[in-house]
Amino acid sequence: MAETAIQKTEVKEKEPLFGPKEKQLLSDPLNDNNPITVQVLGICSALAVTTLVVPSVVMTVAVVFVTAFSSLFTSLLRKSIPKQVRMIVQLVIIATLVTVVELTLKALNYEVYKQLAVFIGLIITNCIVMGRLEAFSMANKPWRSFLDGVGNGLGYGAILIIVALIRELFGKGSLFAGSALEWKIIGPSAEYMLDTTSIGWLGWYQNNNLMVLSGAAMFIIGILIWIHRSWNPKLVDVS
Amino acid sequence: MELVNIFIKSAFIENLVLTYFLGMCSYLAVSKTVKTAFGLGLAVIFVLGITMPINWLIMNYLLGENGLFGVDLTFLKLILFIAVIASMVQLVEMVIEKFSPSLYNSLGIFLPLITVNCAILGGSLFMVTKEYNFVESVAFGLGGGFGWFLAIIAIAAIREKIKYSNVPAPLRGLGIAFIITGLMGLAFLSLLGIDPAAF
Repeated sequence: MAETAIQKTEVKEKEPLFGPKEKQLLSDPLNDNNPITVQVLGICSALAVTTLVVPSVVMTVAVVFVTAFSSLFTSLLRKSIPKQVRMIVQLVIIATLVTVVELTLKALNYEVYKQLAVFIGLIITNCIVMGRLEAFSMANKPWRSFLDGVGNGLGYGAILIIVALIRELFGKGSLFAGSALEWKIIGPSAEYMLDTTSIGWLGWYQNNNLMVLSGAAMFIIGILIWIHRSWNPKLVDVS
Repeated sequence: MELVNIFIKSAFIENLVLTYFLGMCSYLAVSKTVKTAFGLGLAVIFVLGITMPINWLIMNYLLGENGLFGVDLTFLKLILFIAVIASMVQLVEMVIEKFSPSLYNSLGIFLPLITVNCAILGGSLFMVTKEYNFVESVAFGLGGGFGWFLAIIAIAAIREKIKYSNVPAPLRGLGIAFIITGLMGLAFLSLLGIDPAAF
């Protein structure tokens, strides 16, 4: 009796729903194993949308959805996928989920859909999705794979949103433009002057057009990597 | 003339890497030496040049409203495009393995990764939104591939030299590669002034 009780608790300890290991799966991609600044995956498809914050948030939600559920489904199917065709199977899973996201967004918010254009479809070739499937979901249980997917999606989204905040603030002088939360902070246009809710020092800023160019995203990410690595020296590239 | 325009535009002015960030993963990972960058660049030109017309045919004769089935099936485009790309990459892989085993070994994992190289799928999706015809889509594919090739060779050459420079430790490797890419992007922007009609 005592033995079985011990075994039971052991089994329970092995697979808690939300233990430290699961927490680590979520938090690791935000810092030590960030998909963008450390693994360098998934820069491809999405940086072009970071000129404004709102499309970046939508992109983040879409990527989190796709990484989480593709990890879950791949992990559920991992024992029945033949090794030779696993890439194609994974791509079909991802492509189906991305099509779902694309059609949903098209129905819900056509404006944002038009802004994101081809970049929603390009989530398929976002290397994080495929990378996590290969590196994690093919060898792990569904729940953990799901968390790993969510964590990596969030780690990616965090960088995306930081870049978008910087680019929109300095490039357009506003934040969250195009949503109900729109917040005109600095910026040269006349409506900023008339905005009675704002404080008196607004409206002096001349928009920096460099921030809207693609090069600026590269500089910001380069500098983010610099900051991240000097703050967390074990990530420094020794080669 | 129109075709030359499209080629120049997609290679320089709307460069896939430097303007749209497409294909960044392999661009950053394989650009440590010029030799491997050269091989991957050629493979990308080849795959883009082949998949673009195939995807054009699929889009117009299979999925479009006037296509084989007579119904609008364009929502299937993502799945079919990626299937075409995956099989073409498989083909290129077999050809390279047969004719140049050393190149095959040095490209390693990055050859199958062309499948998930955003530049390839992105090219096909841009071709759809820009409504090119068949020949134009070939020019667009080759031009886009050529632009990608130029960009990866350029960054590989710079990274080979920068190894000897005194870069701050946390910026070494990836960080500096991003900043160089940004600068290259700005340099390519000056090509905006070229009037393609002059050719």
